Amino acid sequence: MPRINSPDELEKVRQEVLSRRDPNEPCISICAGAGCLASGAGEVISAFQAEIDKQGLKREVNTKGTGCPGFCERGPVVVIYPEEICYLQVKPEDVPEIVSQTIKEKKVVDRLLYVDPSTGEKATCESDIPFYKNQERILLSSNIKIDPKNIDDYLAIGGYSALPKVLFQMTSDEVVEEVKKSNLRGRGGGGFPAGRKWEGSRNAPEPIKYVIVNADEGDPGAFMDRAVLEGNPHSVLEGLIIGAYAVGSHEGYIYVRQEYPLAVENVNIAIRQAEEYGFLGKNILGSGFDFIVKVHQGAGAFVCGESTALMTALEGRAGEPRPKYIRSNVVGLWGRPSVLNNVETWANVPLIINKGADWFTQYGTESSKGTKIFSLVGKINNTGLVEVPMGITLKDIIYKIGGGIPGGKRFKAVQTGGPSGGCIPEELLDLEVGFDELSKVGSMMGSGGMIVMDEDTCMVDVSRYFLNFLTDESCGKCVPCREGIRQMLKILTNITQGKGKESDIELLEELSETAKEAALCALGKSAPNPFLSTLQYFRDEYEAHIKEKRCPALSCKELISYYIDPEKCKACTICGRKCPSDAIQGGKNLIHIVDQEKCTKCGTCLEVCPSRYDAVRKISGEPVPPPIPEEARTVVRKSKQK
Amino acid sequence: MEKDRIDQIIDKHHSEPSSLIQVLLEIQAENHWLPKEALERIAERLQVPMTRVQHIATFYKAFSLVPKGRHQIHVCMGTACHVRGASRVLDTVEGLTGIRPGETDLDLKFSLETVNCLGCCALGPVVEIDGKAHGKMAPAQTAEVLTNYE
Repeated sequence: MPRINSPDELEKVRQEVLSRRDPNEPCISICAGAGCLASGAGEVISAFQAEIDKQGLKREVNTKGTGCPGFCERGPVVVIYPEEICYLQVKPEDVPEIVSQTIKEKKVVDRLLYVDPSTGEKATCESDIPFYKNQERILLSSNIKIDPKNIDDYLAIGGYSALPKVLFQMTSDEVVEEVKKSNLRGRGGGGFPAGRKWEGSRNAPEPIKYVIVNADEGDPGAFMDRAVLEGNPHSVLEGLIIGAYAVGSHEGYIYVRQEYPLAVENVNIAIRQAEEYGFLGKNILGSGFDFIVKVHQGAGAFVCGESTALMTALEGRAGEPRPKYIRSNVVGLWGRPSVLNNVETWANVPLIINKGADWFTQYGTESSKGTKIFSLVGKINNTGLVEVPMGITLKDIIYKIGGGIPGGKRFKAVQTGGPSGGCIPEELLDLEVGFDELSKVGSMMGSGGMIVMDEDTCMVDVSRYFLNFLTDESCGKCVPCREGIRQMLKILTNITQGKGKESDIELLEELSETAKEAALCALGKSAPNPFLSTLQYFRDEYEAHIKEKRCPALSCKELISYYIDPEKCKACTICGRKCPSDAIQGGKNLIHIVDQEKCTKCGTCLEVCPSRYDAVRKISGEPVPPPIPEEARTVVRKSKQK
Repeated sequence: MEKDRIDQIIDKHHSEPSSLIQVLLEIQAENHWLPKEALERIAERLQVPMTRVQHIATFYKAFSLVPKGRHQIHVCMGTACHVRGASRVLDTVEGLTGIRPGETDLDLKFSLETVNCLGCCALGPVVEIDGKAHGKMAPAQTAEVLTNYE
């Protein structure tokens, strides 16, 4: 492919790509995102290729592995164009039927469609499925249409059209103004207005500047940046090049965690293709603007998601944050002005340029504009990525899109903002989602993790979990974080083990205040949030653990016991056979008893006990009833009574 | 690991001191751990003090200074897996292998690590063995899966 040297040539190339594609030609898109690959999408893709070959359709049918459309719960997801038929949970053995029925005969395979659990109605297209219907997918909707390894796919959906517009029709001032007008705020957690960040860098006197993509998505339970970078890397690149032009930078970095090997691979391929086509390198599209991008892999440190720590890591040193007396957009990487934005922020830029700031600001609330991708996970029916307009209520996300809580359980809380965020209880579910709205209730937007918890989740344990994570990830540079969080973790661990003292809550509050005031970076400053927000809304749970040594959610191992109800046990011996630690005494026709000494509380007995007996239960805060006497243990079966 | 191969990797990065992390990552990926000789060679070729090489090699989680087992077990401890019972799965893996996170057994069969989110939350709790994800794990299934590895 020769380099493209002008906007006209680009349009010619685009037309040529489109002319090679017949919109009526069948195309099979199979999600090859990490979630679907883990549920077997790799085998499904091979099965499709083999079947297409076998049926001699290779010329007429295009098969491709695409980025993640978001519905991970029902993966692997397959969409058949041009009809846009959406099949879910496809297995390799379904493939021959799909090819012969849908591709050849144009018939829908009913059993692979989405079935609405409440109405029983089937949905043929993506857009009919409630999970998708209630979203506003301006970024994610392209994922299923493009093969991320093929730049032509991105060109075919109108990609790289914002770039020539910026390079030839706008001054860098105008670009910054447009982004400022859109009020695009950083999607990585901080929520700082991107336009103002860019402006600060552009006005800085130092001539060499950098632009950086933060793809060090470390929040556990969050994977939206990965989906964008894996599924549509060119959209991020295009945004980055536009940003570079706006601030006057000629060198950019993409910092991506090595735990995302597919993202690293796809972004490297994308850079190579963009260089070939002339979107990167010297004299881009003949405009005279030069820009190169390098990929830097993270080596596994959560703190490197913090902007100054990330820049330190880019310099080849241990990723420790610096104090931000001067912002990094003025003094950043190698002491030079550096604009660092998150993947999702960059991906929004081409859309804002193409469609205008006014289009972007039609979505959202007063202070938070546009859409946001959340990863909706935990105790929720439809796990996956959801893109919603800012201002939607939590209730709509969890019930309309997420389909509610599985197993008929009761909703307890939703945790947003990753380890630095907080838990929001049921009474606040009508809250509108936005940067400031979430901060007001003691949580935060964060990068967009949304973890749903039900009645079985212990809130003290959740706060212990996050502090454990943060203790592990604290870089150790400043004392309030290194020592303070560790002490908080110790106290919380004691509480979950039934060793809590009356004064613990006050001590935790005091440590929280110190960390908030004195820690160097956002990791330490926000580390007490999980504790403070759970204390605010679930103080009774803390008190039950401390005063009654009881875990109301029956989750903390040290505070619960497993018990077999002698009235219900039918001596079926399943639990005894499955118990990994031989802690169940019993046998044929003999009521089973849990040996509390041997029990490791793994919960296997509860899981395997047939639901029609429902004999195993957890108890907390009260003594285990004594085992029933030997002579009463024999089970007399009804059939043998006569 | 061959000294020539280490040199090749260093040359690929033009002996840039700022590429220290990238060089270490490549060696870790190929060799699965960082032998002392490799670290010394890197310090010498990149002109970086040994203390800094060691600082990096111990600061970041991706690096190991001890040999790893034939099979790498990663138990996901991400929030979504945690609320679905990942700690019980981890307990079972620890019990079956006799090692704790960060350790390798004496036969060099398994190395156990915990990770903070593999990004397949729909399948939680997830245990990844040699790159293959096993989803919806419960203690009993964990035992079954582990017996498949020699």
